[in-house]
Amino acid sequence: MINLPSTFRISLRALRVNKMRSALTMLGIIIGVGAVIAMLAVGTGASRKIAAQISSMGSNLLMILPGSTTSGGVRMGAGTQPTLTMGDAEAILKESSAVAEAAPVLNGVAQVVYRHQNWSTGVVGTTPGMLEVRDWPLALGRPFTQQDVKSATKVCLLGQTVVDNLFGGMDPLGQIIRIKKIPFTVIGVLATKGQSPQGQDQDDTIYVPVTTAQKKLFGTSFPGMVRIIMVKAKSAEELGAAERQVTELLKQRHRIGPKQDNDFTVRNLTQFMQAAEQSSKVMTILLGAIGSVSLLVGGIGIMNIMLVSVTERTREIGIRMAVGAKTWDIRLQFIIEALTLSLIGGVAGIIFGVSGSKILSILTGWPTVVSPLSVVLSFGFSGLVGIFFGFYPAYKASNLNPIDALRFE
Amino acid sequence: MFLIEVRELRKVYSLGDIEVNALMDVSATIAKGEFVAVMGPSGSGKSTFMNVLGCLDQPTGGQYLLEGIDVGKLSRDDLAGIRNKKIGFVFQGFNLLSRTSAIENVEIPLLYDGRHARERRERAMAALKSVGLEGREHHHPNQLSGGQQQRVAIARALVNDAPILLADEPTGNLDTKTSAEIMELFVRLNAESSITIILVTHEPDIATYSRRQIKFLDGRIVSDEMTGKA
Repeated sequence: MINLPSTFRISLRALRVNKMRSALTMLGIIIGVGAVIAMLAVGTGASRKIAAQISSMGSNLLMILPGSTTSGGVRMGAGTQPTLTMGDAEAILKESSAVAEAAPVLNGVAQVVYRHQNWSTGVVGTTPGMLEVRDWPLALGRPFTQQDVKSATKVCLLGQTVVDNLFGGMDPLGQIIRIKKIPFTVIGVLATKGQSPQGQDQDDTIYVPVTTAQKKLFGTSFPGMVRIIMVKAKSAEELGAAERQVTELLKQRHRIGPKQDNDFTVRNLTQFMQAAEQSSKVMTILLGAIGSVSLLVGGIGIMNIMLVSVTERTREIGIRMAVGAKTWDIRLQFIIEALTLSLIGGVAGIIFGVSGSKILSILTGWPTVVSPLSVVLSFGFSGLVGIFFGFYPAYKASNLNPIDALRFE
Repeated sequence: MFLIEVRELRKVYSLGDIEVNALMDVSATIAKGEFVAVMGPSGSGKSTFMNVLGCLDQPTGGQYLLEGIDVGKLSRDDLAGIRNKKIGFVFQGFNLLSRTSAIENVEIPLLYDGRHARERRERAMAALKSVGLEGREHHHPNQLSGGQQQRVAIARALVNDAPILLADEPTGNLDTKTSAEIMELFVRLNAESSITIILVTHEPDIATYSRRQIKFLDGRIVSDEMTGKA
């Protein structure tokens, strides 16, 4: 009969007796598990950051920019030709079946004043649909309505950064601020969104009805002109269809013949970000694989030590067999030794990996996320390593002939 | 029924091309409670005989009945069980686990018999007491003299109440005075608990403590006679 608790005690005693060697063997596993956890934490952190940026931008987005103007042979770059209108935005929403929402944008930079505080920020003229396009809820107050757009009301929604800079800790709702010296009533505050993928502070902004921006703030060269139209497709699958429908519609509306260049550009923002997310996932897998290699090397270290240990302790094995140790008593003793080494190493490795990734993110500023799955996985893997690499030495020990083992010098 | 019965026991070692006949058709019986000295010069086969009796080594031919059971038909683990419950070993080199205290050394056979910690401790204490090592339980082998180490080994052989004690040159590493003490301990154990003792030695002085002497030469038994106690 195999007595597990006793075998366990025997194993632990053997490890205690060879403290230095046990610690060094464990070091391999500690570094292995630590490396896996830290590497995955860096990778996961990077993909989480990208994913968060994507969702902060709004998903399934198309951005439509006006085409470029040419002045004396010098092309002026995308967006310099004033070709997009409010009408285009309305037509896109009405006629493209794959489009969920479309919002025009007329923006500029303006100085904003509240009492003795002032701040320079981007002011975005748009329609109520913008909040849905950007997946951007309000933290306080109400959004502006179609009626506000129709009558060019002087109301505004503030980003959190603007609120912080103008109001400090005060409640901004219902207060009057001046944008380019024109008074606006604050009717709502946008929820905090953080950095954009390009690193801009998305909360440093003010939303006003697009008509108000056209008439009161920035002026336009012809009525109804907008700078950008943001379009949200109904789903990720319909993004391609939306892109085609919008392109086709704008070609018709702008009367562009088959051989002419488009006077607008449609950009698919989400696709670009998804590619970035995909590459960061590949990166995570790669980092995890590098970590796993060191865990494997640690496992081979355990096997090496256990084999040495079996040879060194041949006489001990002989004595144990002489007084009645059975095959599995001996096998379990060595497997438990290997397993104990790898599991204690695993726990220490988890501590090492978690604190290592914390230190890494403090030192380098990289976001690191230790996922519970990576902890469970690497701990489980270190256990498997212990059993796998412990079995061969254990098998070898248990197959010794008692009398040969006893006579071994 | 004899405790031990061997019939035409044969053991052949092959060392490369040469075949060494360590045991050639050895037949003998040993009854319960006997105190036997197995004697002979080195290479005579006495140690091989002892290893076969102790189920540490398997014979090449012949039959070995232990309490009527044919040991040759048993598996590796069954043999381990027999070594655990039926046989206690005492070796020339003591064969204690180093860096392990006396009492823990004595407990090992009970460990493989699946006994609980309290029972192990109590029985190991009793065994150490019976060999006169009270108060030395927590000493490690390197803190004990040769005679004391051999006493620990004897306690280990006794702890599981095995009916047979096999001693292979138990006094080989000890001085004359200590040897005498160890032999007197064997005599006392044999008399008090009627444990069967089989002792391998090449020293006639040591053999005189026994009541029966079996002499080996070139793998055969050349004499087997009862002797008066010294």
